[in-house]
Amino acid sequence: MSASAEQHEHEHPGPAIYLRIGLVLFILTAAEVAVYELAYHHAGSGLGALLHPIVIPILLLLSAVKFALVAMFYMHLKQDSKIFSGLFVIPIMIAAFIIAVLMTLFSYLYLLHPRPPA
Amino acid sequence: MSQDAHAMHPETSTGLDSRKMAIWTFIGSECLFFATLISTYVVYRGKSLTGPFPHAEWTSPTGQVFEPILEIKLVTVGTALLLFSSLFVVLALYGAQHNKRGMLLGWLGATIMCGVFFVSMQVYEFTHFVHKGLKLSTNLFGASFFTLTGFHGTHVTIGVIWLFTVFLLALRRKLPPEKALNLELAALYWHFVDVVWIVIFPVVYLMD
Repeated sequence: MSASAEQHEHEHPGPAIYLRIGLVLFILTAAEVAVYELAYHHAGSGLGALLHPIVIPILLLLSAVKFALVAMFYMHLKQDSKIFSGLFVIPIMIAAFIIAVLMTLFSYLYLLHPRPPA
Repeated sequence: MSQDAHAMHPETSTGLDSRKMAIWTFIGSECLFFATLISTYVVYRGKSLTGPFPHAEWTSPTGQVFEPILEIKLVTVGTALLLFSSLFVVLALYGAQHNKRGMLLGWLGATIMCGVFFVSMQVYEFTHFVHKGLKLSTNLFGASFFTLTGFHGTHVTIGVIWLFTVFLLALRRKLPPEKALNLELAALYWHFVDVVWIVIFPVVYLMD
């Protein structure tokens, strides 16, 4: 391995770090389900009413944090070569762009042609 | 990856193992594949003219009442299993890289079990949905839901088969630390399947 590549390839973390990340992932998943339950099934209660209008951004944020933790620590992108990060992150950015463009396009189309009543 | 494992691969222009480069390139292309499926699901969300619906009750023109189709509790268990399996496979990889055979076999076996439970959960869920009146051709929700989660389930199944072949190698003592990359490649694919589910779970099941 060349020296430049080797300086990017560090030792992977040990079981202690993996277990801590696993615990955080479990807590974040529990938080997602709790947010869903409060926002949709207890929308009349104080916290439920507070969460209801912002439930989608919260769920997307929690999902993004979990995604980043798995990619950085379990897929070792934090320690491995930046080339691997590029091969993963650039397609994700293109994917996010595709999703955003399609959502905008279809929202516009549905605005022009609303669906008939069921 | 251990230094021994790196020493195994021939010299490349990047200094990186070509097999690892290949799996990352493949994962990058898979991101775009799942982006198309997720965007299809998102743009058709709430656009079905007939039920059954994912989160709301529906009464058909004949008066038959259909309950909301999604079962969050069951899928939450499946999601937790998939997350745990990602933890288990990195522990197995640690065992493979540090010549800890018990750790390798135990955690890899646990990963495979989690994968099998997840696929079983999905088979049960799909069968249950068909019995509740939702098929691929029922409505837009059925078409986009079965396509998205079905392709993900297929990926999980392929991952289970791949991990099982690595498990057999380890069982026959053919996975020494200098060959731990064989497990690392399968583990990278497995983590990718997990991160895709991390996106699918809130988008499909939790966003009402």
